[in-house]
Amino acid sequence: MYTILKSKALAPNIYEFTIRAPLVAKNAKAGQFVIVRIHEKGERIPLTIADFDKNEGTITIVFQVVGKTTHELSTLKEGDSLKDFVGPLGNPSEIERLGSVLVVGGGVGIAPIFPIARALKESGNHVIGIIGARSSDLLFWEDKVKEVCDELIVCTDDGSKGVKGFVTQAMEMVFKEKSDIKRCWAIGPLIMMKFATQVAKKYNVPITVSLNPIMVDGTGMCGACRCTVGGKTLFACSHGPEFDGTLVDFDELIKRGERFKEEEKIAWERYKSMKGGA
Amino acid sequence: MAKVRKTKVPMKEQPVEERIRNFNEVPLGYTPEEAMEEASRCLGCKDAPCVKGCPVGINIPNFIKEIKEGNFKKAIEIIKQDNSLPAICGRVCPQEDQCEKECRLNKIGEPVAIGRLERFVADWEAGQGIERPNLPPKKGIKVAVIGSGPAGLTAAGELAKMGYDVTIFEALHDTGGVLRYGIPEFRLPKRIIDREVEYIKMLGVKIEVNAIVGKTITIEQIWNDGFQAMFIGTGAGLPKFMNISGENLNGIYSANEFLTRVNLMKAYLFPEYDTPIKVGKRVAVIGGGNVAMDSVRTAKRLGAEQAMIIYRRTEKEMPARIEEIERAKEEGIIFHFLTNPVRYIGDEKGNVVAVECIRMELGEPDASGRRSPVPIPNSEFTMEVDTVVVAIGTGPNPVLLQAFPELKLNKWGYIEADPETGATSVPGVYAGGDIVTGAATVISAMGAGKRSAKAIDEYLQKKLKGGI
Repeated sequence: MYTILKSKALAPNIYEFTIRAPLVAKNAKAGQFVIVRIHEKGERIPLTIADFDKNEGTITIVFQVVGKTTHELSTLKEGDSLKDFVGPLGNPSEIERLGSVLVVGGGVGIAPIFPIARALKESGNHVIGIIGARSSDLLFWEDKVKEVCDELIVCTDDGSKGVKGFVTQAMEMVFKEKSDIKRCWAIGPLIMMKFATQVAKKYNVPITVSLNPIMVDGTGMCGACRCTVGGKTLFACSHGPEFDGTLVDFDELIKRGERFKEEEKIAWERYKSMKGGA
Repeated sequence: MAKVRKTKVPMKEQPVEERIRNFNEVPLGYTPEEAMEEASRCLGCKDAPCVKGCPVGINIPNFIKEIKEGNFKKAIEIIKQDNSLPAICGRVCPQEDQCEKECRLNKIGEPVAIGRLERFVADWEAGQGIERPNLPPKKGIKVAVIGSGPAGLTAAGELAKMGYDVTIFEALHDTGGVLRYGIPEFRLPKRIIDREVEYIKMLGVKIEVNAIVGKTITIEQIWNDGFQAMFIGTGAGLPKFMNISGENLNGIYSANEFLTRVNLMKAYLFPEYDTPIKVGKRVAVIGGGNVAMDSVRTAKRLGAEQAMIIYRRTEKEMPARIEEIERAKEEGIIFHFLTNPVRYIGDEKGNVVAVECIRMELGEPDASGRRSPVPIPNSEFTMEVDTVVVAIGTGPNPVLLQAFPELKLNKWGYIEADPETGATSVPGVYAGGDIVTGAATVISAMGAGKRSAKAIDEYLQKKLKGGI
């Protein structure tokens, strides 16, 4: 069993859990993910590792409530346990000393961008960060990300904090100002990564995105997470989760993300009515 | 000598109209009387050709003799000397290609129902409560087994019986590998796997689930933890696709995804279980093997109005077991032979709505000895489908292999291993089952596990005497 040591609401519907999983923590690297199953009847869901502590033997995950499983996860308290917690899965981020690099986290994507920023910083890069959310109440980890960035731009869609606008607008700003950015990472909703890729492409900066599609096993066994990258079918779990954004077919991924929408609704309605009745 | 019955004592089955609406097991097993009657058909041949047909060499005439005399306990003891997973083998072994194929009764009629008898005594024992065999004193030597499928479970069981401290590392959250994620409940109930795994644990084997070797624990960490030898039985878990246009449309699954959702994750009980599965009215399963049969029969049970097989060769070349093909036919599965998908057509939401196929004809025999299918020009046609399951085979899963670059692979990407011992290019590391041979049978994986266990024992005895 994998015990929840710390639980914290970061923003409306966004939660941070620190989970005891010494084996996973021992080998975890920036860019990897875990698969979580809450209980015997639960589904396996992938969550990107937001932080890890090898000495404490802990992994931090940050998740947003989007349906039944994530809601159920959010109701767990400190001291509760998860049935299964497996990882670290996928390939780690390619971290090397490049010079100036840009990391962009949108929405709940702020969390997984943190360990990448930290690893880049530790490798001696000049790290410029952009984090953004719809409004100020949905922003989190600003201080934490700031600590591992040399410069940080905060933006909100409604201007309630930082620069008003999307992270992609902030990216334009950075690229216009600085011509020496060697590489960029963007993590967030698919639509954000799609537009972030367009911006990076416009300025000829290589961009890496992290995909988090529907998965079952997370080890390359089922192909549920397949995506088209550079015209080839690849598995996000075992070939990724990070890919060259300019090669990713985002539109296909957006459609594939919807494939169990009706079932997700059924599960969610049933869960709500059972909770309501209880 | 009394006249022998020419045909097998029939085994009761769930009626078709019932079973296509549930996931319960189809054949229901023998009663003790039926088993004894069937056992009495055995001629007890001195040279026992059936044993030569068994990849693990069970003493078949002896166990059948005990059944004939009503000594079921003795019968299961004889089987378990060579096979730790009899309830599984009695159900999923292709006996018609192995032990039963060699049976002398084939000359006058049907062979002895060896598989059914094996299943009978295994189930009988489970009803009595399984006894732990006498184990030798522990040697205090650790052996790691990677994967808890049939190869891994067998190797682990055999090594434990020799007194080794065995730990199995399993990547998924539950045991059994393909037995659990691949084979449906109606063919191999999960309680049978649970029971057999319990027996392996009774032998002292430790099983660590959620432990992906190469990710959760590295090869180096295994050696550092004091393991002296290793058996790799990670299977052939990488699904193959045809790489044709539209294959990533919604509604198209690999057989691995489809079956894993249903079997391992119990999506057939959605929404009581959280993992969903979506099966439409017209389901096409591509392929002609056992996995294709399992997938199409699963689709039927999940409510498909038309559950179809699309296979590029003819019925004769289908690699699936005849018994499974027959059951599929009884259940109303539609077969499109000499047909191959060319592309999938989707709607604006990205859902598959049709498959374009081409007619095939059989040409010259290929490397497998089967006549290879050749497309007939301009014979394309379109079929409406809303769900597709691609069951055209699997390859080696690269996760462990990438983490173990010293391991020599063959040209197909499987581990190169000695066919007798499973010895790999790395001393102390043995491999067997599908990760060596490519997708094959449960029993051949078990045979490999058993041979490797013996080889590992010999290796360790030599090593500890200072010979290595």
